[in-house]
Amino acid sequence: MTSFWSGWIIILTTLTIIGISWILVANRKGQAKSGDQTTGHVYDGIEEFDNPLPAWWFYMFIATIVWGVAYLLAYPGMGNYPGLLGWTQIGQHDAEVARAELKYQEMRDKYLALPIAEIATDPVVRKMGQRLFRNNCAQCHGSDAKGTQGFPNLADNDWIFSGAPNAIKSTISDGRQATMPAWSAILGDQGVAETTAYILSLNGRTTDESLSDAGKKRFQTYCIACHGVDGTGNPMLGAPNLTNGIWLYGGTQSQVAQSISDGRNGVMPAHKEMLGEDKIHIIAAYVYSLSH
Amino acid sequence: MSELNPALDHPTYNYKIVRQFTIMTVVWGIVGMLVGVVIAAELIWPWLNFNQSWLTFGRLRPLHTNAVVFAFGGCALFATSYYVVQRTCQVRLISDKLAAITFWGWQLVIVAAAITLPLGITSSKEYAELEWPIDILIAFVFVIYGIVFFGTIVKRKTSHIYVANWFYGAFIVAVAVLHIVNSLAIPVSLTKSYSIYAGTVDAMVQWWYGHNAVGFFLTAGFLGMMYYFVPKQADRPVYSYRLSIVHFWALVAVYIWAGPHHLHYTALPDWAQSLGMVMSIILLAPSWGGMINGMMTLSGAWDKLRTDPILRFLVVSLSFYGMSTFEGPMMSIRTVNSLSHYTDWTIGHVHSGALGWVAMISMGAVYHLIPILYGKSQMYSIGLINIHFWMSTIGTVLYITSMWVNGILQGLMWRAYNQDGTLTYSFIESVIASYPGYMVRLAGGVIFFGGMLVMAYNVYMTVRKNFQAEPASTAA
Repeated sequence: MTSFWSGWIIILTTLTIIGISWILVANRKGQAKSGDQTTGHVYDGIEEFDNPLPAWWFYMFIATIVWGVAYLLAYPGMGNYPGLLGWTQIGQHDAEVARAELKYQEMRDKYLALPIAEIATDPVVRKMGQRLFRNNCAQCHGSDAKGTQGFPNLADNDWIFSGAPNAIKSTISDGRQATMPAWSAILGDQGVAETTAYILSLNGRTTDESLSDAGKKRFQTYCIACHGVDGTGNPMLGAPNLTNGIWLYGGTQSQVAQSISDGRNGVMPAHKEMLGEDKIHIIAAYVYSLSH
Repeated sequence: MSELNPALDHPTYNYKIVRQFTIMTVVWGIVGMLVGVVIAAELIWPWLNFNQSWLTFGRLRPLHTNAVVFAFGGCALFATSYYVVQRTCQVRLISDKLAAITFWGWQLVIVAAAITLPLGITSSKEYAELEWPIDILIAFVFVIYGIVFFGTIVKRKTSHIYVANWFYGAFIVAVAVLHIVNSLAIPVSLTKSYSIYAGTVDAMVQWWYGHNAVGFFLTAGFLGMMYYFVPKQADRPVYSYRLSIVHFWALVAVYIWAGPHHLHYTALPDWAQSLGMVMSIILLAPSWGGMINGMMTLSGAWDKLRTDPILRFLVVSLSFYGMSTFEGPMMSIRTVNSLSHYTDWTIGHVHSGALGWVAMISMGAVYHLIPILYGKSQMYSIGLINIHFWMSTIGTVLYITSMWVNGILQGLMWRAYNQDGTLTYSFIESVIASYPGYMVRLAGGVIFFGGMLVMAYNVYMTVRKNFQAEPASTAA
């Protein structure tokens, strides 16, 4: 803030506080007509007494003003003036975080040094991981970690990316992006319908045979690069298995057709900066424990 | 305009405009509070939105706030200010036509709000959600309102300006300024605009507006109401003229600073947060000045509370006013705010002001006005006023106590942590723990809303033509 605006704030604040103090003190003195004497004004039959300001109220008012001035001396408030205590909200936050780090770092470092698969069997770690999960992950994946449409179930043993301990950790830490391109322009309505029929048939669903036969050719042309020849997917690319009846974006015919036609864009945000490696390590152990 | 009524010592007042706004106060009160009851129920049973976008909490909540604050509260302020300014200045409104424009203009604003908000047309600024064409209409109505109100004061027959009119005047000027500055936006279509402010500045302007909507609309305006109807109904002189001077000037000078306490521990710079907090604490005494002046006006007339339920409405509203204006400064303190912010405590605080103070003093004023405006000696049923009084009081108490419990519960659950440093509760657990409070809140809301229905019945029975009560002595 420039010193002009800082001065502006200081002057405006000071004038306001002086102004209200003046009006308070100025009206306390002078002949207050108490009791039955009115000011002589009558408005629609309403008269006014001129009782003195109640003493307790007057002193309460003074006390709040004195407290206010003292607070503005001690804390930032008067423009660029930082206050005698040097308090800032960032400073308060950083100090609290530093205190917590000091207190909990040792324990977390102990777990960080151990392999995820090993600490995943420790009930203390699982409990800790569950609480971290519920406050940081449950918003999308649900408090039971079973996900919902568009957000994968983490409690089963089906993994879009790999379910190996370090892969889970890396998913949380760096995030993931799984893009399914939109195929409507290439396949056309007929092509989408055929491909849909074929994919449903891979899951043992009854489909029109001529449609799914045509869809198989489409699949082998356009889809196998990511989803594989047999449609079981590729965890390296985040291409899901299309044969196991688990559907991230819904398994009805129209939902599958929509995934093919319009594409999908799944994003898991990176949590490295927010949580730190130690907490991610514990959450990864919890997630791993859900299916092991 | 000011043709003298030969039977009276004052000109005939324009009561038509007062009647119109008074009746609409009751109508919009029922509508606004019904929406409030619906959204309180939706928080318990979310399926009540029946998967209709316009019935979802997010769409109905601004409808509720706009309806109760600007439709119910606004009509009550228009009605009483037009009544009070005429009677305390002993002069008719300067223009019946301009007054009629404010009535029809304001109803148009309300109807436009009731259509656009459920459709999701919103500027997304809290308590200022209406889109730019409606904003322009609001500004237009308020300018006309100011011309009528201050024009009438200029033409007054009394030497001084009565204190009620200071407060009404401050409300009209400040709300016009706040509304125009906060709503400045660049339209991109008839139903969409973008605020000219961005980021933290936008937040600061928004809460400068938002807090002073409370300060000048819901406090100063209703203090104007208090300063007429309490001494009038109690038939006692106002307690202290000098107290009214001190607390008026201190209130209007300090309130305008208090907005930043809505933005503690945010991107708002520390200095602005501190100033908002300090001024909020200093605001306690000026706020209480109004309560003291109202309460002490009753000294020597306390016995009237036994027989006069209208006076009970007015006095209990002052008690809730005193309570919420104590609670507000406390909640503005950084350390208290870090517990109370984002919890139901805030909602409870707002409603102790909105139900206990704003609604109850308006109800008292309406019960005072209706017989006079319709030439009846009294309301159809004094017993029903009493029943309404108890329903309002019990409803308010249930509402605010349940929200205190919920708010403190949520605040404590969110900050509880374990020996390993992890948070003890997830957010959803605090939601589950809030259900009992939501049930009590809904019960309180239903009782309060039921009281409005009792009032509507009583008002209807009083104003209908064949209600045979003695004609009121209009020289009162």
